[in-house]
Amino acid sequence: MHDILLAVQEAGELKDGLSSIGAGIAYGAAAIGPGIGIGIVVGNAITAMARQPEMSGPIRTTMFLGIAFTEALALFGFVLFFLAKG
Amino acid sequence: MLLAAFEFPHIDELFRWKGLFFGDTAYEINKTSLLVLISSVMILLIFVGGSRRMRLIPTKLQSILEMTFEFIDHGITRDVVGKDAGRFTPFLGSLFLFILFLNFWEIVPFIQFPPTARFAIPLYLALQTYFIYWYLGFRHNGYRYLTGHLFPAGVPKALYILVTPIELVQIVIVRPFSLAVRLLANMMAGHILLTALALLTAYALENAPIIAIGPFLLNVGVTGFELLVGFLQAYIFTLLTAVYIADSIHPDH
Repeated sequence: MHDILLAVQEAGELKDGLSSIGAGIAYGAAAIGPGIGIGIVVGNAITAMARQPEMSGPIRTTMFLGIAFTEALALFGFVLFFLAKG
Repeated sequence: MLLAAFEFPHIDELFRWKGLFFGDTAYEINKTSLLVLISSVMILLIFVGGSRRMRLIPTKLQSILEMTFEFIDHGITRDVVGKDAGRFTPFLGSLFLFILFLNFWEIVPFIQFPPTARFAIPLYLALQTYFIYWYLGFRHNGYRYLTGHLFPAGVPKALYILVTPIELVQIVIVRPFSLAVRLLANMMAGHILLTALALLTAYALENAPIIAIGPFLLNVGVTGFELLVGFLQAYIFTLLTAVYIADSIHPDH
């Protein structure tokens, strides 16, 4: 009887541990794409601003829009982290 | 090794607050709703009070208010929605200021909690934006607002099988949800980060005081960074609202 109880307890702990690992991997994976994407967006915005400094205002607005759309994916991952960790 | 025993509190302890007044009724007020009420009153007092006696040579407060108005009216409304879109400035301005004030509670000493890190507030603001752009879209363009989005011109007919469901999910679910989650997740992450660093400093002070300088300096730096994040998120929320409104009024741009 005691052995069974111990096994059940261990299974519960195993499930907790695995879901924590899963949540961590999910967030890490969700951050890869947006990280690269934001780098590309900002890098190209800087290039554009350096070539045409007089257009800095509109370029900066568009850059923030691009960052906001790209970043949303990473933030979905962040929310998923808390949902998966439960 | 010294810090190995450090245990971070459960997430509920950082975001759930006990009721302060009117406990156990539907009108219960806790820290979150109290901060929302205080910010609304503050914005009202500052802006109504500051614009009472306007002078040609502005006082300090008046010039700050004028700069804020200029920033919203020129930087957001007229640049994004359109030159003749001045009627949206009151809505976009109050949206921006409300989110800005709520976000800045995150770094006010002894309060240090952004009400926007509770999902109800960003969700409410996003749904407000959602209904406004649907209403404007149908009012200005009729049913062509919907068909223009679902069946974009210049796409081969066969591709509509792929494009139409994606566009439908995009405008019905993804837009409001990502608008709300972006604000929520940024403020939540900032609050968790600041709390973690503060707890780490307190824990290190008890056990190994020399190490405590690391998390403490990091905490000061991150607080400055959160000032930027709070402003940027308010700006992005307002900017995206303006973009969605512009898209509803002139869908072909």
